[in-house]
Amino acid sequence: MSRWWMMAALALTLAVGARLAAAGEIRIGEINSYSRLPAFTEPYRKGWTLAVEEINGAGGIGGDELVVISRDDGGKPANAVKIAEELVHSEGVVMLAGTFFSHVGLAVTDFAKHNRILFLAAEPLSDAIVWSKGNRYTFRLRPSTYMQSAMLAREVAKLAARRWATIAPNYAYGKDAVKAFRQVLGALRPEVEWVAEQWPPLFKIDAGATVRALEAADPEGIYNVTFGGDLAKFVREGKLRGLFEGRTVASLLTGEPEYLDPLGTEAPEGWIVTGYPWYAIETPAHKAFVEKYMQRWGEPPRTGSLVGYMTFLSIGELLKRAPARDSETLVDTLEGMELDTPVGRIRFREIDHQSTMGAWVGRTAIRDGKPVMVDWYYADGADYLPPDEVVRKLRPAD
Amino acid sequence: MAFYFAQFLTGLASASSLFLIAAGLSVIFGVTRIVNFAHGSFYMLGAYLAYSLMTRLPQGPLGFWGGVVLAALVVGLIGAAVEMLVLRRVYRSPELFQLVATFGVVLVVQDATLYLWGPEDIVGPRAPGLDGAVRIFGEYVPEYDLALIAIGPLVLLAVTLLFRHTRFGILVRAATEDRDMVAALGVDQRWLFTAVFFLGSTLAGLGGALQVPRESISLLMDVNIIAEAFVVTVVGGMGSVPGAFLAAVLISELNAFGILVLPEVSLVLAFLVMAVVLVLRPWGLLGRPEEQSAAHFAPTYRPLTARGRAAALALLLLLLLLPLFASRFTLVLLTDVFVFALFAASLHFIMGPGGMVSFGHAAYFGLGAYAAALAARDLGAPMELMLALSPFAAAAAALVFGWFCVRLSGVYLAMLTLAAAQLVWAAVYQWDSFTGGDDGILGVWPSPWAADKRSYYYLALALCGLAIAALRWAAFTPFGYGLRGARDSALRMAAIGLYAKRFQWAGFVLAGFFAGIAGAVFVYAKGSVFPDELAIPRSIDALVMVLLGGIESLTGPLVGAFTYTLLEDWISRLPYWRFILGLVILTIVILLPEGIVGGVARLWRRLQPREAVA
Repeated sequence: MSRWWMMAALALTLAVGARLAAAGEIRIGEINSYSRLPAFTEPYRKGWTLAVEEINGAGGIGGDELVVISRDDGGKPANAVKIAEELVHSEGVVMLAGTFFSHVGLAVTDFAKHNRILFLAAEPLSDAIVWSKGNRYTFRLRPSTYMQSAMLAREVAKLAARRWATIAPNYAYGKDAVKAFRQVLGALRPEVEWVAEQWPPLFKIDAGATVRALEAADPEGIYNVTFGGDLAKFVREGKLRGLFEGRTVASLLTGEPEYLDPLGTEAPEGWIVTGYPWYAIETPAHKAFVEKYMQRWGEPPRTGSLVGYMTFLSIGELLKRAPARDSETLVDTLEGMELDTPVGRIRFREIDHQSTMGAWVGRTAIRDGKPVMVDWYYADGADYLPPDEVVRKLRPAD
Repeated sequence: MAFYFAQFLTGLASASSLFLIAAGLSVIFGVTRIVNFAHGSFYMLGAYLAYSLMTRLPQGPLGFWGGVVLAALVVGLIGAAVEMLVLRRVYRSPELFQLVATFGVVLVVQDATLYLWGPEDIVGPRAPGLDGAVRIFGEYVPEYDLALIAIGPLVLLAVTLLFRHTRFGILVRAATEDRDMVAALGVDQRWLFTAVFFLGSTLAGLGGALQVPRESISLLMDVNIIAEAFVVTVVGGMGSVPGAFLAAVLISELNAFGILVLPEVSLVLAFLVMAVVLVLRPWGLLGRPEEQSAAHFAPTYRPLTARGRAAALALLLLLLLLPLFASRFTLVLLTDVFVFALFAASLHFIMGPGGMVSFGHAAYFGLGAYAAALAARDLGAPMELMLALSPFAAAAAALVFGWFCVRLSGVYLAMLTLAAAQLVWAAVYQWDSFTGGDDGILGVWPSPWAADKRSYYYLALALCGLAIAALRWAAFTPFGYGLRGARDSALRMAAIGLYAKRFQWAGFVLAGFFAGIAGAVFVYAKGSVFPDELAIPRSIDALVMVLLGGIESLTGPLVGAFTYTLLEDWISRLPYWRFILGLVILTIVILLPEGIVGGVARLWRRLQPREAVA
């Protein structure tokens, strides 16, 4: 309910037209696809609200209050650019943050470069954001498609499966994930054969036909990149037809509560996944986060909550350490900046502006009727990035 | 052999699901001629309601199947309510105005569903007793698939019996053939339409409810299914339920076997099939040729009066002076308005004077944008050159697609334009090595002299303003009148020696050209382009803008673009903004059934003092 009040207050502020940052205020512009993906963005909003409240409760940034102006882009890159324009030039924000979809993230990345404003991309996973379309002003928090695919590839390289099939949604994210997985696994295990690939349209999978097509190739391992509704259909149809029996399955992002919890007792067991087992992480920093979150919101955190919290934790740290608040200084300060977060210490690399936030790799299982991750470990993002010479070639010549 | 048989069965199960949704759409369109976007929303509601009922009713077959039937009936009632509250008010409006009303319903249902059931995906219960798989010739076939394979034809049979042996059915079939005659014979059309909407929505809800064991229930179900539902309906022939079944089987089987050969084909298969079918059989597989009813809407357009010209000049002056006192963001917003006004005006050119509805106009908008972006990226072409040349790329596509499209008429023409647009979209999406795929093309910014927002505002105002003026002028040239002639009576055109189809083709190309200009101005304003600009939502935006403004007037699309762009910008700042936007659109639709311009004109006339009658 407080979200209503906040939005109402924001709307009122906008209506009244407070165009200039009041004294004692630092404004941050936040853009995300709130209406398109509420399953992720509502916990995400709760996460960053918690972080901002903490920062302001501890005295703000050198006495200035941190004010976040949050807008919904509706999942459209054109809207995101228009909103970014308003935030930067009418609302006087010092930097931009957020976005979820890769293409929206890319549009804002380009905007940031053109308008010389710092943009901290929270969630968009596209490798292009820090590599092929990277620029000086864009940083990204979450581990990319490449990183997470590499985590899974290294894990399955230890197993016997040699004939692999892939299934991924037919768009950039899916293609990048398969490419990265093939690259890393192929380098570790050159004898691996790729026997089948399926590319269902995003959210329109014909699961029965796709499962059978995979079965026809008789793979020993399956790499799955589908998520959300596609994942649920794939799991159901696959189980009915015995697709997963006796096979190694590696699945990207499936361990995240947003995707795992809805499956309930139908969740697959024994899949090797990346995810977020918030219920089992014992580090003091993370336990403190979970406690704070549950106390504030009365519900457990999700991946979105962690991403939102860490994004604004990073922004708070950045603003505290930066000697000035213009974009160039902020960018220089953020490059190479290290900070302690609920997942441990992360660093924003100078070479590509990707943070070293990692992910948890483990196996799926059902305990007490709930799907969880077991036998998991935290994979530090820094260990799963390509060597520097490779990264330098991937980035455009600045 | 066994493998292929089992794959065939899988395709049949998918076909059943698809048929159920498409059947309802076909029935509704056949009788009421309403293009019902909200059909996907009813499908989604059916799934959610079924889930809620199944978890509340006792476990077991009664709970499951009872939940399914009950959910379908409730959705039917909701559909009937929508028809009575909203659509009845707009039956007298130009043909596609109801589309805007259903669009408003879609928005309202999206946020209502979010509010009632929460944001998370829901994985519903399986059908009791049907949650395993049997072996047929050694291959696993899920039991629920077999159930669906049985249910599809059963529903087809039930609907066919309903149409053949009940009075209601006879009335529906009669109304599909000749609505006016049915009214003349004393049947209350209003209740007939309500009943038809009830039936169609029940079928949609049934389709959704039956999907619960197969799919996860999510808030994206409505948009994910609606395009395919339309395709199946059109391929089968609007108004033909057996045709919908046939089309569903055709498309599902082609998909089931197609992905064995080329996995990526699913992206575009349905639209490809639709394009092929419509080119070969213009009224779908089992459809009947559409009679152009005498009440076919054919607005006349008049050139601006002296007062109108003065108003236009005043507006121009205001827009020229605006940068002196408006904020930078206002200029950015208005640049968007100019782009969309031109886009909407180009669509209106073929919809109003041309009488051809296009559901795929975004293809030309997007092609204009992509041509500029690709040239800027690969050839380093300057902005000035590309603003001049990219519309020709869009026009070239319009030339090719237009030739196929103008051979059809009515909704079939609209759907073929949709198929064409989807093919362009899929090509751009898939060919990512050239177009960047859904990572798009970035870094397309204006030349330094137009780089700041104020200069670009003037550039956009000049280009779009001139283009809109050119379109308006074209409407009153002999070509424009010829276009209107082709719309009103091809027979009379032929009698005076003019090829109606040539005029329509040329009009289509011209509209594509101007949409391309809008696209080029757009891409330099935003700095990047993504396949989204070619996709269905962008086409729908243009349609809504044209219809909202009112098709009866040449200023309609401009007013519609302005209103819609500003509304979306303001309202999207609020929580549950889609609900609010949907309500606003519905209010406009109900209060101003002729569109904003028509409605305002009507109110203005009412306010004038009555002239004394001698």
